[in-house]
Amino acid sequence: MVVRHDVLVVGAGLAGMRAALAAQAAGADVAIISKVYPVRSHSNAAQGGINAALAPDDSWESHAYDTVKGSDYLGDQDAIEILAREAPQAILELEHMGVVFNRDEEGRLGSRNFGGASHARTYFVGDFTGQAILHVLYEQLVHSGIRAYNEYFCTELLRDADGAVSGVTAFDMRSGEVSAFSAGAVVLCTGGMGRVFEPSTNALICTGDGTALAYRAGTALMDMEMVQFHPTTLKSNGALISESARGEGGYLLNRDGERFMRTTAPNAMELASRDVVSRAAQVEINEGRGVDGCVLLDVRHLGAAKIMERLPQIRELALEFAGADMIDAPVPVLPGMHYEMGGIRTDVQGATPLAGLYAAGECACVSVHGGNRLGANSLLETVVFGRRAGEAAAAFARSRPAQPAPESSRADAERALRALVARGGHERSAKLRLEMGQVMTRRVGVFRDDAGLREAERTLVGLRERYADVEIQDKGTLFNQALVAALELDFMLDLARCVVAGALARTESRGAHTRVDHPRRDDATWLKHTLCLATPDGPRVDTAPVSITRWQPQERKY
Amino acid sequence: MEVHLRVQRFHPQVDAEPHWQEYRVEVPEHATVLDALLAARDEQDETLTLRCSCRSHICGSCVMKVNGTSCLGCKTKVSHARKRLAAGEPIRVAPAGNLPVVKDLAVDLEVFFGKVKAIEPYLQPDGPPPEREYLVPNEAMLTVREAMACILCGCCVSECNSLEVEPRFLGPAALAKAWRFTEDPRDAADRHRLEFVSAPGGIWDCTHCFACVEVCPKDVKPMERILELRRRAMEAGFTDNNGARHSQAFADTIAESGWLDETRVLSRSLRGLPELLEWAPVGMRALLRGKMPLRHRRLSGAKQIRAIFAAAQRRSGEPPREHAPGR
Repeated sequence: MVVRHDVLVVGAGLAGMRAALAAQAAGADVAIISKVYPVRSHSNAAQGGINAALAPDDSWESHAYDTVKGSDYLGDQDAIEILAREAPQAILELEHMGVVFNRDEEGRLGSRNFGGASHARTYFVGDFTGQAILHVLYEQLVHSGIRAYNEYFCTELLRDADGAVSGVTAFDMRSGEVSAFSAGAVVLCTGGMGRVFEPSTNALICTGDGTALAYRAGTALMDMEMVQFHPTTLKSNGALISESARGEGGYLLNRDGERFMRTTAPNAMELASRDVVSRAAQVEINEGRGVDGCVLLDVRHLGAAKIMERLPQIRELALEFAGADMIDAPVPVLPGMHYEMGGIRTDVQGATPLAGLYAAGECACVSVHGGNRLGANSLLETVVFGRRAGEAAAAFARSRPAQPAPESSRADAERALRALVARGGHERSAKLRLEMGQVMTRRVGVFRDDAGLREAERTLVGLRERYADVEIQDKGTLFNQALVAALELDFMLDLARCVVAGALARTESRGAHTRVDHPRRDDATWLKHTLCLATPDGPRVDTAPVSITRWQPQERKY
Repeated sequence: MEVHLRVQRFHPQVDAEPHWQEYRVEVPEHATVLDALLAARDEQDETLTLRCSCRSHICGSCVMKVNGTSCLGCKTKVSHARKRLAAGEPIRVAPAGNLPVVKDLAVDLEVFFGKVKAIEPYLQPDGPPPEREYLVPNEAMLTVREAMACILCGCCVSECNSLEVEPRFLGPAALAKAWRFTEDPRDAADRHRLEFVSAPGGIWDCTHCFACVEVCPKDVKPMERILELRRRAMEAGFTDNNGARHSQAFADTIAESGWLDETRVLSRSLRGLPELLEWAPVGMRALLRGKMPLRHRRLSGAKQIRAIFAAAQRRSGEPPREHAPGR
């Protein structure tokens, strides 16, 4: 099959669907292609809410400043200003589409407190805000009539004679049929890459496919070392306990029942930014003040009624996977890999340096999160920059209509996939993936140092060599998930190298990146982004300046 | 702990029909059935095909039947699935019901999502939106949220008894979504929606067996939404269909005589000669077995039953029966 559309969006989470709707509204013929049905996307898992300075006593400047400070001054302030300015309209749009946001007594949108924020500006739907928004955007997608190619896996970005991105090759996971999709512009909205780590709060589909596609096509990945560890995840399976538990007033306690945030963040306490809270929790655990490798999250004082209205889902998760009913008992939690602040470098229109290629959402790095993302800014980023990328892609596609992809590109992709399935070997991708994830967690976690990072790098080089010996057991074409797993691992091995390369290069501690051998923030040398560019020998690290518009770097205190 | 699984396998290009395959895997104490299946796939057999993603019952990918009951594999603990099994008996895992199998545990979802799309699942407000947000009470949003909790996993559809005999039935998930819009103060397409769900394949195809309520992993209670849609559809005047007529005739005969008058219910539910002829064989059989007496006597306690009706109506704030024709 050879398919042609003006704009092709890859990924059908919040950013992807918002981009597709915006591109269609701008007059483009749009298609959306995703390896899962839209409502299965990982945007579902965002629990707490979405930020905007909507209240009369709040301001976009305050939201922007909190975000800049949260980013440890690594966020690009031009992008952050756009994020904060456009937030109120973005949320009202979602409300008008049908999102069932919680209300106050007057029937207006009601907000809650969240980490790192100086106002209660997090708008929410119970503790399943991401799901509630994802399903409403899916409703709008159905309404729009936009063509959705569900359960298609992208293998490569196509380039035209001038080097511009002109489509993708992808295969229908169900039938195995390989197709070339040509487009005037491609928007990557493929989400996070949490499975590079083990454990992670991320879904099994979060394998950074689009990030790796862009990297291989020669565009830069920015600040990949900036990996967020969420302070409250469950030990048994890495599941996330939302920040809304602390936003609603929950405490973090050590073995002795002390609120240990008192020493690190005497003002914000449990609602300091996530990097600060995760480090503090990890210190408690490392220094023997934890409980069985965890600290305790206590919401009992909120009372059963509030817990049931505002935190029903996390209570259920804690009950299922930690055996603790939060109404009666504190839940043991520990920091766990949660979010990738870095990603495909874009400008504020979502454009990459490669003509025809756009990106938005977690796979992109515009950068609004810098060294540390504030809770409830990720949902906001998806809709604000998803819309901008969709509009920009539609405008670009108008100037450069899609050319039919040559049949040879489709045939080449098919041949490569067949060869991969047919080849023999002695390794299994699941085993390699586990080894990769474990070394990343052990050596590239909350605390890092040169020796550990080099060990991780050596392990990854070894895994890349062993990857050549991976055999796919399923030799068929029909719903070959073993093939998908091998391709995802291939992507993730590239991305893991970039995370390590960025972490080795950045010899300072900033945001979520803590080098115990370089414990201070070093603005003189490192108030800049790291860039990873693909070479045959792995990533080459370069740097780029940070955009500073009105907030000069200061010491962060919470 | 060791888990013994018995998984239904099917590869349409290889197998004439489904067969069972056994796996023994080592998993931690808290493991779910999904964890056990993933261990089998990752460590033993990469050809085992199943959809899954979030592992925390929010994405809705891993609907399956465990020991014959529809569930999300990631929400079903191994320890729980083993509870009712005899010692040494494996946990049985099969694909979701009422949906065609593509391969192993993966089913075809096109029809499922097609039915969701059929109910026009998007807000249809009256006119352009306000400058700011719509002003609506929090309680209304909390009510709508009960159905927005639906993750479209399909557990209810897999377990639905009506769908088994009537594949055209829209099914519990799609109808719960329809309810969500009729309940939303911002939506202005109530009449249109109620008319659509009153048509054949809609709300009147539910047999209120409670199966969807029991298996729903998000406590959406689809059947209760369907019953609510029926009440609202009848209130809105969509009574010219077999389901509404049946419901009305049912209530009327009980209110009048204290028990069911099958003859009257059947004749009042159906419309026109062709329908009567279609149902004639059923009627004849019922007649021969004494299920449809030609003479219907009023129960001696009918007066008390009428009092129950009156009390129920007072409690629900409805006007008394006599003054509410069509209810």
